[in-house]
Amino acid sequence: MAFKLSVNGKALSADVDPKMPLLWVLRDELGVLGPKFGCGIAQCGACTVHLDGHPARACVTPVSAVGAAKITTIEGIGASPAGKALQAAWAELDVAQCGYCQAGQIMSAAALLQKTPKPTDADIEAAMNGNLCRCATYNRIRAAIKRASGQPVEA
Amino acid sequence: MTIQPVGASRRDFIRASASAAGLVLACSLAPKAVADALSPATATGLNAYVKIAPDGVVTIFAKNPEIGQGVRTSLPMLIAEELDVAWENVRVEQAANDPAVFGRQFAGGSTAIPMNWQEMRRVGAVARAMLIEAAARTWNCPAGECSTTPGEVVHAASGRTLAYGPLAAQCASTTPPDPASVPLKDPKDYRIVGKPKAQYDTPKIVTGQPLFGIDIRRPGMLFATFAKAPVFGAKVAKADLAAARAVKGVRAAFVVDGGEELTGLLPGVAVVATSWWAARQGREALNIQWASHPTSAQGSAGFAARAAELAGGPPQKTLRNDGDAASAMQGAAKTVEAAYAYPFLAHAPMEPMNCTAEYKDGRMEVWAPTQAPEGCRQLIAKTLGLAPEQVIVHMIRAGGGFGRRGMVDYAVEAAWIAREAKAPVMLLWSREDDFRHDFYRVGGFHYLKGGLDAAGKLVAWQDHHVGYGAGGKPVIAGAIAPAEFPAGFVANCRLDSSLMDLGVPVGYWRAPGANAHAFVIQSFIDELAHAAGQDPVAFRLALLGDAKIVGEGREAYNAERARGVLKTVAGMSAWGKTSLPPRTGMGVAFHYSHQGYFAEVVRARVEPSGRVRPEKVWVAADVGSLIVNPSGALNQVQGAVIDGLSAALFQAITIEGGAVKQANFNTYPLLRMADAPQVEVKFLSTDYPPTGLGEPALPPAAPALGGAIFAATGVRIRQLPVDPGLLRA
Ligand code: FES
Ligand code: FES
Repeated sequence: MAFKLSVNGKALSADVDPKMPLLWVLRDELGVLGPKFGCGIAQCGACTVHLDGHPARACVTPVSAVGAAKITTIEGIGASPAGKALQAAWAELDVAQCGYCQAGQIMSAAALLQKTPKPTDADIEAAMNGNLCRCATYNRIRAAIKRASGQPVEA
Repeated sequence: MTIQPVGASRRDFIRASASAAGLVLACSLAPKAVADALSPATATGLNAYVKIAPDGVVTIFAKNPEIGQGVRTSLPMLIAEELDVAWENVRVEQAANDPAVFGRQFAGGSTAIPMNWQEMRRVGAVARAMLIEAAARTWNCPAGECSTTPGEVVHAASGRTLAYGPLAAQCASTTPPDPASVPLKDPKDYRIVGKPKAQYDTPKIVTGQPLFGIDIRRPGMLFATFAKAPVFGAKVAKADLAAARAVKGVRAAFVVDGGEELTGLLPGVAVVATSWWAARQGREALNIQWASHPTSAQGSAGFAARAAELAGGPPQKTLRNDGDAASAMQGAAKTVEAAYAYPFLAHAPMEPMNCTAEYKDGRMEVWAPTQAPEGCRQLIAKTLGLAPEQVIVHMIRAGGGFGRRGMVDYAVEAAWIAREAKAPVMLLWSREDDFRHDFYRVGGFHYLKGGLDAAGKLVAWQDHHVGYGAGGKPVIAGAIAPAEFPAGFVANCRLDSSLMDLGVPVGYWRAPGANAHAFVIQSFIDELAHAAGQDPVAFRLALLGDAKIVGEGREAYNAERARGVLKTVAGMSAWGKTSLPPRTGMGVAFHYSHQGYFAEVVRARVEPSGRVRPEKVWVAADVGSLIVNPSGALNQVQGAVIDGLSAALFQAITIEGGAVKQANFNTYPLLRMADAPQVEVKFLSTDYPPTGLGEPALPPAAPALGGAIFAATGVRIRQLPVDPGLLRA
């Protein structure tokens, strides 16, 4: 079945099984490789994308459920002020270790900042708890979100 | 500070070649001459460490695989420092897997810095000396009158300068100096080393550019899954290949006979398709029946029962017997006895196992996120009946390793499937595959007894370690060293070992051995401190004594460094000076592993439900005189500590019916952000060569947590993971 998708502002189409998760449509059909595969069951957040600005786990989102929603991935998030600020803070604070989870982390953080420009620790924990980092860069993820939102960062 | 080369028989080889592209320099520790490998024909830059283009852009080749430990940044930093270039002008490229040129290339054992610290600096220093030589020739002055500032050679007397870029092409006729003779910078003059640098790949990571194994794309590439038996090594009895082939997108489905070696190609069914999702759909249609297998009766419960049995009898082997532990125990004013246990663990790196393979014209080329590129090449060659020269392994950035990717089963599977499918293939494991076919951290059991004299001094120590192995040989990371602390510090010390059979693949998990033994030993020392009525830090300091070094040779334990980190962490955490709310406690532990000394204090709160919340961790680290990249170093330590807490709080792999029960993060949880404590780290600078950081921060985390839980609740954690049921208010 043919689906018309808007990915990072570009109109793309994919002729796939309606049940095919968006993650695999993006990665294997459209060559959008930023969203990562980590678990396939909405446990890790590595595949996080935005659908009309809301965070979604692409690994459990059938392509047929996307509808007309605009898809934003890590490749496109820098076009938004929050995304840009987060990417800069992530680089400045050298957040990543292996880096594999970080696309998903930044996408969840961007959704948070778009809704809550000055998140508290509790806001950060609530928004980020679905994103695993096996390298455990949590201290720096928290600091980078604070930095990107213009709040003081603890050492 | 003196640094011994890693092997006395090794010699340094430096060769230069030049082309229009500029200077290409290689330095190798391989005992074999590298002249052939570095002839000017290879001036493309591969096989060499440094390339300087006419415009001054410096390319440095990173020799070791990057798995998140930051080595693609830290090793090039060492070269750039001595070469004297601005870090901003450096481009990093991954070196080819070529041990003849680059020496050993692998990620493991926290060895990259200790093994390369000296050599990488020499590579940079030799290149710099050659550039100076070329400038001196141009100016017709003695090289000794020239110096450098980043990116250029300077003749101070005349105020002249020459940029590296144009000079580099003139180095072709320069004979490289003997690397052992080139002077190295005084660390106080460092501009790059010792300064925090973001990982080289950061811009790509934060913008989602392709970097990882899973991002490899080849023209005409297909995607594969490989179904293996839940019982390790069981053969395929029946599979509905036709049903899999009928799924849209599936191009091939076939049985792989495989062998019996758990580290190699095992039996299974491959499904190859135009997308990975289609391959998975095909796999689900296979309806595989597995043949019975001799290990299908093994299980965690059986292991525990057998361990208790073995502990009740005489030990199979005595590893160490200082003094007379039995009599000392009898004469002791107080004895303490306890049994400790820890489970099997999975590595679960965030990027599931994958490898892309392409077989063309008798040549197998693979793109492998691996910690062991050469091992990968050899295993593929052996399994596929190829010569090692016919196999090319590209080292690809891995989304985590933790020891898992030192095993290369997934790469040999990819190679086999690609050759069979006659197309470039990416094999990608599901997370369920990853949990069920890991090389687990081996579980184990310790039966301990300690004796204190009337003054509360530890006078006797007995440990019967019950682990796994066959024929007296422990499995990987399943041994305890006869010199393991507190051996050498207690007059009467006995260490026994008994082994039971195991049919579960096990391997290297971050800080192998140490990650388990530190928990047991430091927790039991805490019990003894408590029994002696002494403060846990004071008791440990007394145990460490006054000597600088205890033991000899490879077994030498630097008690002074251990005391140093312990005292430092006590100060950082205001140990003994903090009043804490109810059901909140602080615990301390230290451990020496991977050439690093670490002491840690954990503050944790135990909720009424028994749920443990680590609130804060203080870490004092001694990994020598210098930290190459303070930013990466801090990240590694914070990560390792949280990793240690994560495992201690939540994780266990259980075997039932010969197979692993857990399959994904819902049954094998990782610590999440809300549970992540702030980790404060202090690096001591001591008069020892710099050593690695991937591992040694992990082992003290679990016992320090155990101590905190005890301080908060009075309940001693003797078994991992922590059971909240024991801790309810
Ligand atoms: S891959 Fe989607 S949440 Fe893990
Ligand atoms: S940086 Fe490795 S999983 Fe987060």
